[in-house]
Amino acid sequence: MKVTIDGIPVEVEPGTTILNAARQIGGDIVPPAMCYYSKLEGSGGKCRTCLVKVSKGSEKDPRPMPKLVASCRTTVMDGMEVQNITSPEVIEARKGIVEILLINHPLDCPICDQAGECDLQNLGFEHGAVKTRYEFDRRTFEKIDIGDKIQLHMTRCILCYRCVFTADQITDHRIHGILNRGDHSEISTYIKAAVDNDFSGNVIDVCPVGALTDKTFRFKNRVWFTKPVDAHRDCDHEKCNGKVTLWYKGEEVLRVTARKDKYGEVEEFICNTCRFDKKKTSDWVIEGPRKISHKSVISANHYEFKPLPVVKTNPQLMEKNKEQFERDTRL
Amino acid sequence: MARKLLLEHINVSGINTFDVYRSKGGYASVEKALKTMSPDDVVEEVKKSGLRGRGGAGFPTGMKWSFLAKPEGVARYLVCNADESEPGTFKDRYLMTHIPHLLIEGMIVSSFALGAKTSYIYVRGEMMPQIRILERAIAEAKNAGFLGKNILGTGYDLELYVQPGGGAYICGEETALLESLEGKRGNPRIKPPFPAIAGLYGCPTVVNNVESIAAVVPIINEGGEEYTKIGVGRSTGTKLISAGGNIKNPGVFEIELGLPVEEFLYSDEYCGGIANGKRLKAVVAGGSSVPILPANLFLKTINNEPRLMSYESLADGGFVSGTMMGSGGFIAFDEDQCIVRNTWNFTRFYHHESCGQCSPCREGTGWMEKVLHRLEHGHGKMSDMDLLVDVSKKIEGNTICPLGDAAAWPVASAIRHFRDEFEWHVTNASEAVSRNYGLAHYADPLPKKEETPA
Repeated sequence: MKVTIDGIPVEVEPGTTILNAARQIGGDIVPPAMCYYSKLEGSGGKCRTCLVKVSKGSEKDPRPMPKLVASCRTTVMDGMEVQNITSPEVIEARKGIVEILLINHPLDCPICDQAGECDLQNLGFEHGAVKTRYEFDRRTFEKIDIGDKIQLHMTRCILCYRCVFTADQITDHRIHGILNRGDHSEISTYIKAAVDNDFSGNVIDVCPVGALTDKTFRFKNRVWFTKPVDAHRDCDHEKCNGKVTLWYKGEEVLRVTARKDKYGEVEEFICNTCRFDKKKTSDWVIEGPRKISHKSVISANHYEFKPLPVVKTNPQLMEKNKEQFERDTRL
Repeated sequence: MARKLLLEHINVSGINTFDVYRSKGGYASVEKALKTMSPDDVVEEVKKSGLRGRGGAGFPTGMKWSFLAKPEGVARYLVCNADESEPGTFKDRYLMTHIPHLLIEGMIVSSFALGAKTSYIYVRGEMMPQIRILERAIAEAKNAGFLGKNILGTGYDLELYVQPGGGAYICGEETALLESLEGKRGNPRIKPPFPAIAGLYGCPTVVNNVESIAAVVPIINEGGEEYTKIGVGRSTGTKLISAGGNIKNPGVFEIELGLPVEEFLYSDEYCGGIANGKRLKAVVAGGSSVPILPANLFLKTINNEPRLMSYESLADGGFVSGTMMGSGGFIAFDEDQCIVRNTWNFTRFYHHESCGQCSPCREGTGWMEKVLHRLEHGHGKMSDMDLLVDVSKKIEGNTICPLGDAAAWPVASAIRHFRDEFEWHVTNASEAVSRNYGLAHYADPLPKKEETPA
């Protein structure tokens, strides 16, 4: 099937969503996604940041779609034409969504563990306004410990439902979910039961913001001061293949996460033993440094090439030095 | 005297019981449909009648039925949406309380037309008395052989269930209703797939409003052709209007579509005019989510033609000077009502009822409510009006379900038509908390439209 996104044609399989078609093209035309997660079935459609304009429905029915559509949940039709960054309407709507997502989000990035790898931070940086027009108290919640390894900071949550889908699909049972409705709805466990499951730690990885954080890593370090290194171990859990990223500070492994691709989505989910209990280099087989997009703050000060020599060689000076050296050693 | 199709026997005592209802010609349509017609004939008849969904959107019912996928070996469902929660609308409750058998008769005929073997009536949780009335009526109908196995010896089986909801406004949205019916959290589903393809339990499903289903009964009894003779243009048949607010006779009225609004509002047969000798200031024509109109624009369209109670005429002028038929929740405001307070009240409702699934509606409704609260209590700013319009634009059309639009339209329209009053709340803040703005120019005759030389 042929689909054109912002004037760039691409051939995709039937049943592909517009977002995934855009990801096949890559670059700036990929709509941002806060709630869609390619590894989780049924996710997406909720945050509305990936809205795009369908200017031509398909070859058969060329009428444009009346409203902006969520690209993560709309499948492509043959001959569809989509406008993302070329449509002022989409840019305007996306700006509105970002503003709306941020009105109740605390601006506590300086003390948030997610800072530096936060989808909302990136989104706000790229699409948001400098100043907020919201002049009221922000909605706040008490922090909740869900189990001994994970802390829930509901104030930061954007209700993407990713962690709910993770618990449904990755773990064997789900005991947390959304309570209440509207802007007072919250992620919580039933009477604060502990989330205790072999795969529960993955909710930390899928959380696009700092609402679910790793208690073994909280406040230890800023992510951009740590060095990511790919490693693996022979995990005896049947569903976990032990492929992880270790985040080093000096000699010490500060945290272990699953490997994330350039859209911030994990490649394969890992078990809690790998994530929380194996924090020694000797537990792992090191593969090499993890490549992080150069646009991310995490890759600041990580050079993939030799730095330019600061002192340039001066042939004249070298010649003179040689003469001087010979003169000095002659005697 | 206008024709009444649904409420014809409303004043007969005991019409809520099976025997009296049957003696007044009830269940004739079931006999006619099951014995003499095929399911496709029934669908065709409803299509011919031009019946439009009475729940709010006004989508033609016959067309909706014909979209239903009919794969082999998969159950099909008919779900009746009796989760009537729109502020200002109470017609379905009235119908279910007084003539429950009309709904059940409609359900049997509609289920037969769609080939559904199991049908549900999803009733709002607060309507416990109506749930009991319906369950009693279902038991009566079952005793008389109109429900259950082999209805009237035709070999058609139908089980009808009443399901109480939890009382959430969002569960009146069809996909949220289906989620709730399945026992899940009432979050609207992301469409497509539409319920006609994959609805209840993943099977093809039709969701119809109580009044739409009840209207199938006279359509089958008298034929679709006959039904189109009532009404005007594409608005055929009769419509229940639940009139409330500052009028002399509040209540549910059955009108023939195409009735002039002036007659509806002022004739003694219907609303009887504004109570206490006051003057009309504004009207919400179809339940809280449709745009509010000032008196002058409501009685006359922008072209100075009298407005009619029909889908097209009420929508004349689009969102700039028109409104919508909606679900028929007619609310009249007299000169002593404060539009700012009313808008705040509506927004408070939508803020409370937003399901919180998609971000524009979840955060935006709360934001609008806070700004309107501030305006109403005398702490507003001149920039707030533009802010509200902008926020409502950011919500409208960008959400999963129409609740976002429903929350945005009343705010945008109130500011469009009543900006003076909003501004007065800012400039005269201390006065605004103790006194209302009054009628001002909102009932002045519209300026004559200038004839453009041909």
